[in-house]
Amino acid sequence: MSSMSLAQNSKRKRGEGNYAQQKLFWKVVRVLVLTFFVFFALFPAVWVLSASFNPSQSMSSQTLIPRNVTSVDQLLVNYRVLFETPRYPFFRWVLNSVIVASITSVLTVMITALSAYSFSRFRFFGRQGLMLFILLVQVFPNLLAMVAIFLMLQQIGQYLPFLGLNTQGGLILVYVGGGMGINIWLMKGFFDSVPRDIDESAQVDGATHWQTYWLLIFPLVRPILIVVGILSFVGTFNEFVLARVLLRDINSWTLMVGLWGFVSDNFGQNWGIFAAGSVIGALPTLLVYLFFQDQIVGGLTQGAVKG
Amino acid sequence: MSAVKTSASGGASSTGGSALIGRLVQIAILVAIDLFAAFLVINLARDGIWEFAIFLALVTLFVNVIQFRKELFPIRWISPALVLMGVMVIYPILYTVYVSLTNYSDGNFLTKTQVINQVSRERFLPEGGAVFDYVAYRNEAGEFALLLTNSAGEAFFARVGAPLEAVKPDAEGKFADTIDGFTVLPRSERFSALATLSALSFGPEDQPLQISSGKARALQPRFIYDSAKDSFTDRLDGKVYFADDTIGFFVNVADYEAALAADPNTRISSFYLATPTFAQGAGYRVLVGANNFTRFFTSPAIRGPLLQIFTWTVTFALVSVFSTFALGLLIALLLQADTPAKRVFRTLLIVPYAIPALIAVSTWRGMLNPNMGVIGSTLSDILGYQIPVFSDATWAKVAILLINLWLGYPYFMLVCSGALAAIPSDMYEAAQVDGANTLQQFRFLTLPLLLVSVGPLLIASFTFNFNNFVIIEAFNKGLPPILDTPTAAGQTDILISYAFRLAFGSGRGADFGLASAITIVIFAIVAGITMLQFRFTRQWEETSKNV
Repeated sequence: MSSMSLAQNSKRKRGEGNYAQQKLFWKVVRVLVLTFFVFFALFPAVWVLSASFNPSQSMSSQTLIPRNVTSVDQLLVNYRVLFETPRYPFFRWVLNSVIVASITSVLTVMITALSAYSFSRFRFFGRQGLMLFILLVQVFPNLLAMVAIFLMLQQIGQYLPFLGLNTQGGLILVYVGGGMGINIWLMKGFFDSVPRDIDESAQVDGATHWQTYWLLIFPLVRPILIVVGILSFVGTFNEFVLARVLLRDINSWTLMVGLWGFVSDNFGQNWGIFAAGSVIGALPTLLVYLFFQDQIVGGLTQGAVKG
Repeated sequence: MSAVKTSASGGASSTGGSALIGRLVQIAILVAIDLFAAFLVINLARDGIWEFAIFLALVTLFVNVIQFRKELFPIRWISPALVLMGVMVIYPILYTVYVSLTNYSDGNFLTKTQVINQVSRERFLPEGGAVFDYVAYRNEAGEFALLLTNSAGEAFFARVGAPLEAVKPDAEGKFADTIDGFTVLPRSERFSALATLSALSFGPEDQPLQISSGKARALQPRFIYDSAKDSFTDRLDGKVYFADDTIGFFVNVADYEAALAADPNTRISSFYLATPTFAQGAGYRVLVGANNFTRFFTSPAIRGPLLQIFTWTVTFALVSVFSTFALGLLIALLLQADTPAKRVFRTLLIVPYAIPALIAVSTWRGMLNPNMGVIGSTLSDILGYQIPVFSDATWAKVAILLINLWLGYPYFMLVCSGALAAIPSDMYEAAQVDGANTLQQFRFLTLPLLLVSVGPLLIASFTFNFNNFVIIEAFNKGLPPILDTPTAAGQTDILISYAFRLAFGSGRGADFGLASAITIVIFAIVAGITMLQFRFTRQWEETSKNV
């Protein structure tokens, strides 16, 4: 439909029959090129999926279709090793990740929605300056300051052990604090699209600001709450750098840090276990992205078009 | 903070009731926050961590002020976000600046107050101190206590961490076998309990007693701090150590000069770390001015690797942005035309974007392994030569760029698809009428219009890749190493991973000061790029108006 197709240009130069042939030729070329890129995109994912079902745990003896498999049991060897070896508290890691990601995303949604409502509905001195300030601070993601955050949590942990290093509490606060800026902006945009007449009529009826917010507006903006919540969950679940810096004890690790443990030490032998863990670790994100493809693409391109 | 009455809500009585409850809840929460903050601030201040104590105090003050100023009502809604951002983003940035100006490191980890407290707690057994004979007692909980007798005929019952209690023998001069639930340790167990007993300190904490060579002896503080002179006196040998606030150590100048005479290369900080009296942890952190920054330029051992790492960081970020943008745009263009099964292609091509980066990079790392990985070993077979993808810097860099292309193109594919769809098709019709060919349309119409919307994202992508720690760390931990440097530096390290290695990664001792100084450089560059981004955004918008 767009004139970017190479074929349309040749329309004026050649006859109609020739044109149809040309068009088909370019179509085939495009499909071939795209197929090549799909191969490039999918190969690592397919390979790691295959590795997770290969009974031989070592990297060198892996084949795309597992060989010498006689039972389902053999296909699941890596998963069984992963679940049953006490040296890797795998379920603990998954649980840690889920706890940290869930609490982070709920807190992020609650706190940013409050701020977004205020920025969207109230007019007060310094409002624009404050919004700009929040945007500017967001330029420096807090993983850049990981050294300072490490030292800070180490200091807090001396007095409040549940917020120090190696704790989920400390990590959650770091994540929530780091996720404020961009999400406030995202939400504020959505809050702005809800007509103010709704608030005003509720307040004429005697509702307080809190009642207006909690009973009227909050349910109305549910779509953006869900988007922010999911993105925050996925982002936290996959976060590796700060988790690695702040969690030193193997029992406090999140899934990503745990997987890193397989990789950084004797990778060739841990390959099958790593693959099994990776499949479990990547699945939530993959499903979210494929499910919410249109929303995510919409969000991205909206940002792109706006600049 | 919730149910504050607004001017419009005066009427209904139910609203008034809930407002009162709301107000009470609000005050209860505020009191809880204040107590919590006060606990932290007092403890921090007591240990001399002033920077954090002051920041937290200011944050708490802010939280309180906005609750009691009606005109700050809108800020109350934003305050949870502001507080969290303040403590977890803004304070770390400020603290990075502070740490970069100090000698904060493994050897100088604590504050001066903490070091003074710690050294003051060290005890020794002085000659001629109080000595007691003892009998060990134990209660049902397994706690030990001692019955002490001295040559003057006095007797005390000593528990762990409690004052001595005077006890009296009965008429026959014997002591009870059971005192306060503690029973005399049977003879058979005395020897086996000795190790446990010797590790305990009995009696009050400031004047503890310890078991040594069959007697209970009074321990005394070994180092006496003199706050007027800011010095410690070692009671064992009488030496005096003065605080030197320029290097953060208590120093005995005579000792250092003796060591210097023996070996002229002795460095003052390593000397004080090694002296037995002030063993590890005895250094304290002090401001050292711009020392960490001048080391970038003056120390050849840091200057060389830093320049190399900086060059690679910029190269890596630039090549990553352009390669991912080019491939993303190409695929977007291919998907734009009337290609069959567009949606299927798009869904499959997004997959790299939906796989956690750590997992993706580690998988690539496994596949590229020249001996065992599927791609690496296949290439080795074809070429008859193993590509040293982990041990050779150039190949490692090529591999990293390739992996980053795989990770990054879907983002630009999605963004470019959206931006292309937003270009009005009548523009192309006009261009065709004017006789522009496909290439010209792309060069003079598509690309400029695309850059208006995607341009700022290119710059954002540069910033992201500039700090793309995960790919560097997961691929090869920055290796292969840069040789002949005192700091752990790798040839594929970027600035942020180098800072990480200085602070956490190496076995050579953490140097938080230097790591923070490098972080400051990163902050400065990121800030500079962002200013550029704002300017370009404006410029591109102006250009687009002219198109």
